Amino acid sequence: MDSVLSIRDLAISLPPGADRDYAVQNIEFDLTPGEILCVVGESGSGKSMTANALMGLLPDLVHVTRGEAFFEGRDVLALPDAERRKLRGDRIGMIFQEPMSALNPLMRIGDQIAETYEAHGRYTPSERRERALDLIREVGLPEPEKIIRAYPFQLSGGQRQRAMIAMALAMDPAVLIADEPTTALDVTTQAQILDLIKSLQERHGMAVMFITHDFGVVAEIADQVIVMRYGEIVEQGGAAQVLENPQHDYTKALLAAVPSDVVPSGQETSEQHVLEVRDLRKTYKTRGGLFKATREVRAIDGVSFTVGKGEVLGIVGESGSGKSTVGRSIVRLVEADSGQILLDGEDMNALSTEELRSARRRVQMIFQDPYASLNPRKKILSAISEGPITMGTPVAEAHARARDLLETVGLDASAADRYPHEFSGGQRQRIGIARALAMDPDLIIADEAVSALDVSIQAQVLELLRDLQQRLHLSLLFITHDLRVAAQLCDRIAVMQHGKLVEIGSVAEVFLSPKQDYTRNLLAAVPGTEWGGAA
Amino acid sequence: MKDFFKRFSRNRGALIGLFILVVVILVAVFAPLLYPDSPWKMVQRPFLAPFSVDGFPLGTDTLGRDVAAGLAHGARVSLIVGLVSTLVALLIGVPLGALAGFYGGLVDDGAMRFTEFFQTIPNFALAIVLVAIMEPTLPTITLAIAIVSWPPVARLVRAEVLSLRRREFVDAARLAGLSNMRILFGHILPNAMSPIIVMASLMVATAILLESSLSFLGLGDPNIMSWGYMIGAARTVIRNAWWLSFIPGVAILMTVLALNLIGEGLNDALNPRLARKGR
Amino acid sequence: MDIVTAIVGRLLKAVITLLMIVILNFFLIHAAPGDPAAVMAGEAGAADAKYIAQLREQFGLDQPLMVQFWNYVSGVLQLDLGYSYRQQMPVLDLILERLPATLILTLTAFGMSLLLGIVFGLAAAARQGKWSDTVITSLSLLFYATPLFWVALMAVVLFSVKLGWFPAFGYETVGADYVGFQMVLDRLKHLVLPAFTLGLFFMAVYLRMTRSSVLEVSQMDFVKTARAKGLQENVIRRRHILRNALLPVVTLAGLQAGQLVGGAVLTETVFAWPGIGRLMFESLTARDYNTLLGVFLISAAMVILFNVVTDLVYRLIDPRIGAGGAA
Repeated sequence: MDSVLSIRDLAISLPPGADRDYAVQNIEFDLTPGEILCVVGESGSGKSMTANALMGLLPDLVHVTRGEAFFEGRDVLALPDAERRKLRGDRIGMIFQEPMSALNPLMRIGDQIAETYEAHGRYTPSERRERALDLIREVGLPEPEKIIRAYPFQLSGGQRQRAMIAMALAMDPAVLIADEPTTALDVTTQAQILDLIKSLQERHGMAVMFITHDFGVVAEIADQVIVMRYGEIVEQGGAAQVLENPQHDYTKALLAAVPSDVVPSGQETSEQHVLEVRDLRKTYKTRGGLFKATREVRAIDGVSFTVGKGEVLGIVGESGSGKSTVGRSIVRLVEADSGQILLDGEDMNALSTEELRSARRRVQMIFQDPYASLNPRKKILSAISEGPITMGTPVAEAHARARDLLETVGLDASAADRYPHEFSGGQRQRIGIARALAMDPDLIIADEAVSALDVSIQAQVLELLRDLQQRLHLSLLFITHDLRVAAQLCDRIAVMQHGKLVEIGSVAEVFLSPKQDYTRNLLAAVPGTEWGGAA
Repeated sequence: MKDFFKRFSRNRGALIGLFILVVVILVAVFAPLLYPDSPWKMVQRPFLAPFSVDGFPLGTDTLGRDVAAGLAHGARVSLIVGLVSTLVALLIGVPLGALAGFYGGLVDDGAMRFTEFFQTIPNFALAIVLVAIMEPTLPTITLAIAIVSWPPVARLVRAEVLSLRRREFVDAARLAGLSNMRILFGHILPNAMSPIIVMASLMVATAILLESSLSFLGLGDPNIMSWGYMIGAARTVIRNAWWLSFIPGVAILMTVLALNLIGEGLNDALNPRLARKGR
Repeated sequence: MDIVTAIVGRLLKAVITLLMIVILNFFLIHAAPGDPAAVMAGEAGAADAKYIAQLREQFGLDQPLMVQFWNYVSGVLQLDLGYSYRQQMPVLDLILERLPATLILTLTAFGMSLLLGIVFGLAAAARQGKWSDTVITSLSLLFYATPLFWVALMAVVLFSVKLGWFPAFGYETVGADYVGFQMVLDRLKHLVLPAFTLGLFFMAVYLRMTRSSVLEVSQMDFVKTARAKGLQENVIRRRHILRNALLPVVTLAGLQAGQLVGGAVLTETVFAWPGIGRLMFESLTARDYNTLLGVFLISAAMVILFNVVTDLVYRLIDPRIGAGGAA
């Protein structure tokens, strides 16, 4: 079939002083009408740069230095700016990752959609409004008459992304570029948006260039796949071929790192509990002040569960389900309104502030953001040994232990004398694990501990956690939004929605025979379910 | 540290500012050696134009006092008032903002209402009233300037603490069993230092402007020679001897400009991410 | 939350602030040097003990502090700001007589500095990194560091003494008795130098705010979206960047306008402009504390009023605040 867009020998330079000279080089691929091409890669692979170059939206100091991009018979890279502008939004549409910041906060949704027509001199203002209404209906937004007059802040994340899609579709483009459009969304919303993009693509016969880091998404929608690393294409081909029979080592490694749906048989739960949570409740009240009504959000609504000694309990749920609040109230970073948090029979929730400080040792946390979880002004040694020293461990002993622990988590003991900024995200997460271990806790809570990492790093950190858990017989409460990750590590899974625990059971039970509708929906929404991960 | 100097020195304006400031500081420090006599002493015939008589490069004022001597001694007042009042303002603003941001809730409400209140009052007018009521002396002028200067510090520190407080390393410190005060002073405030330092350098500049304005209006310490006083005293003869007002004004302008340039350089050097966005 | 409750809430807050200023003012009056009765007696030229005691009783100065405080507050509520023994007039009358001149001066300076600041700020941002940007930002840095009273004096030397373009003091030519257009022209001529010198510093402030705000907004994602739609650059600048960038500038400018009142003290002093700033200076030199604090109170009240207006305008412009999150 004829390609609508073909890229030949594309190279984009980075400003001097960057990690490497080229953002991308030697890029060649074709985009076929009616097909979805997924460009996959980890952060820094140059996948977004390629898309921005096509649109003529590269950042200031970044330039195309070589190559052609033939679109409808012309090399768009060689066109004068005015011509490229005419193509944008007309023949090539684009949507972005953050639907909140991608919309003008001071403009009504309807005006922002109609503006696309105005940019290309189509229709009268009233026709534009009609068309905008049609588009709003087409992308499945509720109450079009209301939405058209709404401001972005009045819409949910998924609705904003639908509005963005409406704008990109306005002129019925031949090519739609989607730059990680579902990354910021919850899994069920992501599934809806993916469905929408797919159905629109079929209806309009567009070619879609879909940029993502998630092989699950690739499996869900891709016809063709390009795998990128360090600014170069390492593998390309049909989706089935790349996913089932990857040729390049990097692709193989990436796919192997994707948590699979093959459910491991979790260990038998031990009879002895380290933690028992009884009827935990937490309600957030937004303070109204004199003229505002108070609003109540039930973050935790009567949650009870236990964690056995040496067990890994996963808590999964979408954002706003209250899963993190549960974790944080167990360590009392959040004060629960009521309920008991029994650690070996002692109620953490009943401790005074002073008692709590010495009881802190017993539960430790591994945090989500590797860049925010270490104090940039303190050496690693201090980060790891500060807790034990506060608890009364002699300084020399705590320091020696810190160096040992660094080796335990796969780093060099000399890392202790360096500052956080000298480490990569994955390394920092290892340091975070060492910090938690340093306190010899009864229970470790890992709150989205691998969510911020690239998939290959994620796999390594998960491997480390699994290894440590088995060797040291750790009890773990593993909080995540990612069901695949949960399946890999956990013995039992608890599913949360709207502050309630809707289902709890062994991994096999929850994944293979879910009892609740919500769990079933959640599982169905996981991208690439049918593909089932790499063999 | 090396990075800091490298980034700072990349800003040419900041280097110029640093140079000017060093000159002003040297003049202030060595004023008693350069001009051992009191700057109030009448040494020559009044209204000598600059460069007209040897030994009085900047001429003499309405009463025959050496303008150069006044300038040198005035530098001391400007720098001392600027520095000390900024320190006092920091001593008020930093703890207040830190506690407001750290504890939130009612503490925050109370502290911020208080701060807003002081910010609403036109600050120069308040400074005038305070100095007028307390009688103008070096300490009262310094205190008055500090009292009208602290609110922005409190707001800045509060905002910084508020955002740092939510970082996970603060949670980690809490889980390590640290007390609130150790978390605030050991983990949070050290990370808020860069913007505070930048603001402080700009505050010294503003304080120097305020001090000169007050002494221009006659609210300076009557025993101490200052640049603002020199301009104020020469105001009535502006038609005949404009340079008497011009020269001390240039001194103020240069010093304040130098501090602002240094502030920008510090901003570039200490907040590299922000700086890159700005240029 | 609808707009009416917002206004009521904002006004309530303003009233509370105003009351706090009244309280502060009361304590400042009491902290003022010298026994007020003795000062009054001295001013009346009769400093004997009996007369002082009589004055104390007359003005309630022998009463407990709380009673005096109550008297003061109720006096202020009835717009009684005390009596100026120097000028032999109620303080309020003195202020009201001078207020229009100050309003004309500060509002002109504010409007001019905001307008020029925004225009030059936009120009600098549009030419970011080019030599014209460098010139504009350097000049703004210079104005930002210039003592206001000194610029005023130098302006007098240059434009009035040397060039003779504008009058050096006052707000009209004394004794000329112009009428109609002639009068307006005469007053405008008198206004130019004071307004310009007062506005110069603030222009620099607004210029820097505008420039950095525009540059910041230009980096935002929605600007990229606008480009992806194929909008022309000038439309993007006008419709997307400008509105989002100027909203915080105008708000901050409104909140900073209070500082203009302080600046007016200096400008009016140099130009002998008959406003309340000059009145403040006069009462300062005359040690007329009643008048001094009266002016202080009124200027603070003006600033609060201005802030309320700014706040409400901001609510009208920014949909995120007024509407309160329906849908």
